[in-house]
Amino acid sequence: MKHTISVLVENHFGAFDRVATMFSGKGFNIKSISVGETEISEVSRMTIVTDGDDQIIDQVVKQLNRLVDTIKVVDLSETYHVERELALISVGMHKGSMEELKNICDIFRGNIVDITIKSMMIEITGPPDKIDAAVNVLAPFGIKEMARTGIVALRRGEQVKIQKKENVT
Amino acid sequence: MKTPEKLMAGADIFFECLRREKVEYIFGYPGGAVLKLYEHLYDVDFLKHILVRHEQGAVHAAEGYAKASGKPGVVLVTSGPGATNTVTGIADAYMDSVPIVVFTGQVPSHLIGNDAFQEADIIGITRPITKHNFLVRDIKELASTIRKAFYIACTGRPGPVVVDLPKDVINSYCEFVYPEDVEIRGYKPNYKGHVNQIKKAAEVIAAAKKPLLYVGGGVIMSGGFRELSLFAHENKLPVTMTLQGLGAFPGTDELSLGMLGMHGTYWANQAVNNCDVLVSLGARFDDRVTGKVETFATNAYKIHVDIDPTCIDKNVVVDLPIVGDVKHILAEMASEISKSPDTGEWWAQINSWKDECPLVYEDKDGRLRTEYIIEKLSEKTKGEAVIVTDVGQHQMWTAQYFKYNYPRTNLTSGGLGTMGFSVPAAIGASFAVKDKQIISISGDGGFQMNIQELITASAYSVPVIFIIINNSFLGMVRQWQELFHAEKFSFTDLSKSNPDFVKVGEAFGIESYSTDNPKEVESLLDKALAVKNKPVLLEFKVVKEDMVFPMVPSGGSISEMMVKRLNPKRMT
Repeated sequence: MKHTISVLVENHFGAFDRVATMFSGKGFNIKSISVGETEISEVSRMTIVTDGDDQIIDQVVKQLNRLVDTIKVVDLSETYHVERELALISVGMHKGSMEELKNICDIFRGNIVDITIKSMMIEITGPPDKIDAAVNVLAPFGIKEMARTGIVALRRGEQVKIQKKENVT
Repeated sequence: MKTPEKLMAGADIFFECLRREKVEYIFGYPGGAVLKLYEHLYDVDFLKHILVRHEQGAVHAAEGYAKASGKPGVVLVTSGPGATNTVTGIADAYMDSVPIVVFTGQVPSHLIGNDAFQEADIIGITRPITKHNFLVRDIKELASTIRKAFYIACTGRPGPVVVDLPKDVINSYCEFVYPEDVEIRGYKPNYKGHVNQIKKAAEVIAAAKKPLLYVGGGVIMSGGFRELSLFAHENKLPVTMTLQGLGAFPGTDELSLGMLGMHGTYWANQAVNNCDVLVSLGARFDDRVTGKVETFATNAYKIHVDIDPTCIDKNVVVDLPIVGDVKHILAEMASEISKSPDTGEWWAQINSWKDECPLVYEDKDGRLRTEYIIEKLSEKTKGEAVIVTDVGQHQMWTAQYFKYNYPRTNLTSGGLGTMGFSVPAAIGASFAVKDKQIISISGDGGFQMNIQELITASAYSVPVIFIIINNSFLGMVRQWQELFHAEKFSFTDLSKSNPDFVKVGEAFGIESYSTDNPKEVESLLDKALAVKNKPVLLEFKVVKEDMVFPMVPSGGSISEMMVKRLNPKRMT
C-alpha cells in the first residue's frame, strides 16, 4: 500500500543523503521524494512516497525517527492531508492540434508555459492522479519530455509543532 | 573582535574536549592530515596514545576497550586510506552497538571534492555504518561537535560516531566554549519504559507456565547484571543468552541454559521452541538466533524489551513491546510481579532435554580438541578472565564451553562476524581492565588478519594471552562446505600455507609455545597464566575435521537441529 510520509529534518549538510541512504540500505522503496524549505529556516521538509505492508511502513517510520537529523516523522496516510504535484509536459504539436491541446490544458487548469512551431509545454498542478489523467490524455499527441516534482503534502488543520532551536549550551 | 589571547588553537580545543570527556586512551596512527593534532598530542599528558600498526586495529582496540569498560573507545587516524581502513571496525561497532568515536583527518576544506592527495569521502562512506557522523566545517563548531559525538555514541543504543576534521579547521583558532549539556531535538533516547506495558509484562510472566528469558548484549550495556540475576532468581526463570548476551547472567548458574540459536545448546533451543512466554531483554531476534522466523517460538507470547524502537517488530512480530532501558525495566518488572510463576514442571522438562542431548565431544582418542582447551581455560580462570574471541568455530566452542560469570568479560564480533577482531580488541581491553586476565582466542585464519598488532602488544607489554586454535583450516567455512557444499573444500585448507606461529610470535618479541598434545594443555595454560606484564602466545594444533554441534542450518527451524555429524569422515 502507498504511504506518504512527511519528514522534518535539520537543514544540515548531508541530511537528505542520510534519509536516502537509509532507504537504499534497508531495501525500502522510494516512489517519489521531494525536499524544500519550511517556515523555519534551519528545518527542511521531505515528502516521501513509499509502499509496503504495515510491518515495512512501521520500520520505515521507526528507521526515519532513528536518524539523528530527523525531527519529526508523520505518516500522512493516516491523516487528512493535501497532496500536490507539479508536472511540466512537453507535447508534440502541429497546426491542427493546437486548439485541442489548449482545450485539454484548460480542462486540467494547466498553463501553457512554452510554445514552438512543433511543440507546446504545459504546466499542470494537482494531486498525482490528476496529473496521471492529463498524461494519459496528452500521450496520443506524443509526449516529448516530462518532469514531475514528486508529491509535496501537508496535514490539514492542526500544525505539527517544531521545537524552536537546537540547544547546545 | 576577540583579542588573540582569548583564542585557542584547533588542536588544543580538540584535546581539551577529550580531557573533559575523560578520555584516557586514544588508539591511533598519524598521517598528513592529522599532523597538527599529533604535534599537540606530543605534549599532552592526561591521556595516552596507543600506536597501532593498522587503522583497523585501532578501531577494534577501541571496541575492545569500550566493551570491557563501558566507556567510549576513541580512535584518531589520518585522511584517505587512514580513514577507509577504519571502515570494517566501524561497521563491526555499529552491528554490535559499541560506543566509539572515530576522529578522521580530512584534506583542507578548499580541496574537498578535488580528488586531493589522500582524500576520501569518509562521511559518505560511513553514513550507513555509523550511528551518526559529522564533518566539522567551522572551527567554531569543533567543541560542540565533539561533545555531541560522545553524547550520541554513549546514550540510547550505543554505537560508533565518526568526526571528520579538515586540516584547515584544526589549524585555525577560536574562542573555546565547551557545552556542558547537549540537547539535540531529533535525538531523545527513551529510557523509562511505558508503565502499563511493564505492568502487563509482569502479569503475563506471573501467569506463565513455561516462561523463558532470552537475554542479549543490551543487558550488559545497560548494566543490568544484578537486576537480571534478581529477577530470574526470585521467579525461578530459565535464562538463555545470545552470543553477545553471554556474561549478562552467570554461566555457572543453575538457571542458565547457555546460548541459544544456530550453535546454541539443545535444551536452550528446545526451551525457545516450547516456551509459552518469551521475554526478550536487550536482544534483537537476529537470524542466527531465530533460524526460520516462521517457526520461531510460535506458541509463545512474546515480550520485547529494547531501547531501540527499530528493533521491535523488525524480524519477529511481538505481542508486547517495551521501549526503554532494560536495567530500569527489569527492576520495575521485579517490583510489579505479584507472584512467581510455577515453573516446576517446566524445569523438569528442560532438565530432561539437558539429559537427552548434553554438550559432548570426543575425548577418548587422545587427539587435541578445542572444546577441551576451552573447558580447561574456563576451569582455570573460574570464568573470571576477559575472553576475546575472533570469528568461526573456536568462537562458537568458546561460547558453548566457557562459563562466563561476569558482564563485560565476553568480547567478540557478533553481528558483523569480523575475522581479525580478537588480537587488537584484546589489546584494547587490556588498557581498560587491570584486575582480570585478558585472553585472546583466534583461529589460524583470523589470527593472520590483524597479525601486525602483535607488535603493538609487544611494544606496550600488554598482559594478554594470545591463543591460536590452529586446525589448519578456515574451519567454519570448511564445516559448511562439508555439510552444504558437496564437500568441495574450496580454498579453506591452510595446512600448506600457514606460517610457523611460534616463530611469528618470537619475531614480534612474544614468548610463544605450541602443542598438539592434550596432556600439555594444562601445563601450557598454567605457564601462560603465570606470565605477568607481557604478552604470551600459545598455539594449539587441534583436530582438523571437527565440526561445531549442535547446529541449526542457516534459515532452518530449530527442529532441524543437527546434534552430531551425520557422516563421520576423517580428513587428513
